[in-house]
Amino acid sequence: MSTITKPQFKGKRYRLDKPELLAPAGNLEKLKFAVHYGADAVYIGGQKYGLRSGADNFSFEEMREGVEFAKKYGAKVFVATNIYAHNEDIAGIEEYLRNLYEVGISAIIVADPVIVDTALRVVPGLEVHLSTQQSTLNWQAVSFWKEEGLPRVVLGRETSLEEIAEIKKHVDIEIESFIHGAMCSSYSGRCTLSNHFTDRDSNRGGCCQSCRWKYDLFEDARPEGPWVSEEEQAEAAKSPERLLPGVTQLPLYQPEDNPFTMGSKDLCMLESIPDLIEVGIDSFKIEGRMKSIHYVATVVNAYRQAIDSYMADPEGYVLKPEWLDELNKAANRPLNTGFFYDTPDHEDHIYEPEEKAAPYDFAGLVLEYDAETGMALIQQRNHFKPGQEVEFFGPNNTFFKQAVGELWDEEGNPLDAARHPLQRVRLKVDQPVAYFDMMRKRKS
Amino acid sequence: MNNKPELLATAASLEEAGVLLDAGADALLIGDDRFGMRLAGHFSLEDTAAVLKMAHARGCKVYAGLGGIMSNDQLEGLPGYVKALGELGIDGIEFGDPAVLAAVKQQAPGLKLHWNAEMTSTNYATANYWGRKGASRVVLARELNMEEITEMVPLLEMEAQVQVHGMTNIYHSKRKLVASYMSHQGRPSDGGSLGKERGLFLIEAERQDEKFPIYEDENGTHIMSSDDICILEDLHILMEAGVQSFKIEGLLKPAVYNAAVVRAYRTAIDAFAADREQYAFDESWLEEVRALQDPERELSFGFFYKEQVY
Repeated sequence: MSTITKPQFKGKRYRLDKPELLAPAGNLEKLKFAVHYGADAVYIGGQKYGLRSGADNFSFEEMREGVEFAKKYGAKVFVATNIYAHNEDIAGIEEYLRNLYEVGISAIIVADPVIVDTALRVVPGLEVHLSTQQSTLNWQAVSFWKEEGLPRVVLGRETSLEEIAEIKKHVDIEIESFIHGAMCSSYSGRCTLSNHFTDRDSNRGGCCQSCRWKYDLFEDARPEGPWVSEEEQAEAAKSPERLLPGVTQLPLYQPEDNPFTMGSKDLCMLESIPDLIEVGIDSFKIEGRMKSIHYVATVVNAYRQAIDSYMADPEGYVLKPEWLDELNKAANRPLNTGFFYDTPDHEDHIYEPEEKAAPYDFAGLVLEYDAETGMALIQQRNHFKPGQEVEFFGPNNTFFKQAVGELWDEEGNPLDAARHPLQRVRLKVDQPVAYFDMMRKRKS
Repeated sequence: MNNKPELLATAASLEEAGVLLDAGADALLIGDDRFGMRLAGHFSLEDTAAVLKMAHARGCKVYAGLGGIMSNDQLEGLPGYVKALGELGIDGIEFGDPAVLAAVKQQAPGLKLHWNAEMTSTNYATANYWGRKGASRVVLARELNMEEITEMVPLLEMEAQVQVHGMTNIYHSKRKLVASYMSHQGRPSDGGSLGKERGLFLIEAERQDEKFPIYEDENGTHIMSSDDICILEDLHILMEAGVQSFKIEGLLKPAVYNAAVVRAYRTAIDAFAADREQYAFDESWLEEVRALQDPERELSFGFFYKEQVY
């Protein structure tokens, strides 16, 4: 990355002193984990105007509770109001935004200018961040949104580090970039595959991930050609295979080939934390409002450690392999670096059948720990039993493996397994643990 | 009230521009591949001037498409191009990216601006927002239905343009997806084009009778609809609603086909203007289009009569 020059900031400095780690929270419980595991801010969806109609999504009451919880950690809560609105969506926007402000939301993430405009007019105290759905890639567009009154733009995932440096050079504004998680392979918002295949509106939360379906690629071989121009027809007629009688299309694949797909590998920038910080990205965003608690906690925990470690000593910073190992325990797709260094090519797409499941499960949550006896009270989150190897991890450097020993219920009765959801189980742990540490196990 | 709606067609070349004007187009959309998006063809400034001369001589208009999703690199040439278009006397500019607004303000203030963000131009209030930024026309998303269009036109503080015929883009990536796939297969592109002229298409496993054209250009990879919108039968609904401009998308179609389409819509618009009380769609208006229609592509109402969920 020798081409990246360190941006110089002049005048009023919007850039945060330390990049914000922004995590997804699909529901109140996930919010608590994201914040406890180190997110500086979380983004959630409300009942309306969000792009994850399939997620749990927050009521205003839950938002209020989430904001209260986050406040104790000095963390903020953002709400994604990132649909492209249709006429019928407009009437309720003002009231919805007032409610968001009233329950203590710090910022909304917005794609549609009607929501930008309404927010600036009706709730000036609510920050408006431009969503990645606007596919903003250039400094002039960023500058436009700054002049509109937005303190932050989430860039399109197609921007490279070099382009981000250029944008920061021209415009004094907070820049947020996705650094981890699943990606649209299209320009965000510029895909209506779901609308066409299933009558579900992708830009209002109905995306059914048709980009990850399987397709066959063909070339038109009709003698009259693909209905373009006469010159092109003449050109096409020169290739002999087009003249085979009865052949109207040529498959551009062999029987043994994987089918065509648009599906992208997932983004992972953990190995590039210094580049992200030096280029001046203010907020590091993790994708995944639909992802599990285990995923959110694990990913946040890894990035939190990397960012803190770099900020504490930029010169002496070394990437720890165990952070990457951690991410891989939660990953359900192969990873890559998106557009940050260059345009993705064949190695950045998933043509092989997908390995859907992450290799580890959330097995239990630490509720209590008794330092004298070394006993922990665990809330069961997945089946586990004596003899199984488990790992404990948490935000305050809890990290060890052990075999599960004997199990007891709260009354002290021995158990042969923890098989009931949310059951409270006591077991002895090899090292100290803390409230909200997690216990995971490899999937069998 | 007697103002006829405009019939706008895209042209792929200087020759096609002439053919479409002859067929009865009131306006043409052309552009430069450096700044346009999914243009039917590329027009140099010289060709643009020639089209303008030809069109203006007949009282017709020419708009330039600058609908690209701009990156920093593209900003450099943008002001010069906009300035040149202004000097040539272009009748309007289509834009999606706010960077184009800035260039027009500086280089050619007063130039008509048409806001076209394709699938994200979905409501009247956002259109009016861009109207306050200088746009005098909105190009409505093709994913809107008839009800949404007709209820929104009276609420617009600007003109409305609706695509009434042709294919639509359904997926756009900056990635080179066909080239990537070929590399993955171990048969990197034979040097053959992956562009519009190649006739590449996709078939989804469970939709064997639908062919989705796919091509690559400097803007990445484009996947197009498997059907062609054809709203002619119900054009009167849009004319009654007051839509000011009807667009015929000629992308990936031969000029002879596009000319037939223009003639069909010309006939309908003129018949409606002549006597809206007695107006009735005549099936024969579509005969020529049907005869030239690619038999593998359905003529459909697109999303005009669909209810979408989410």
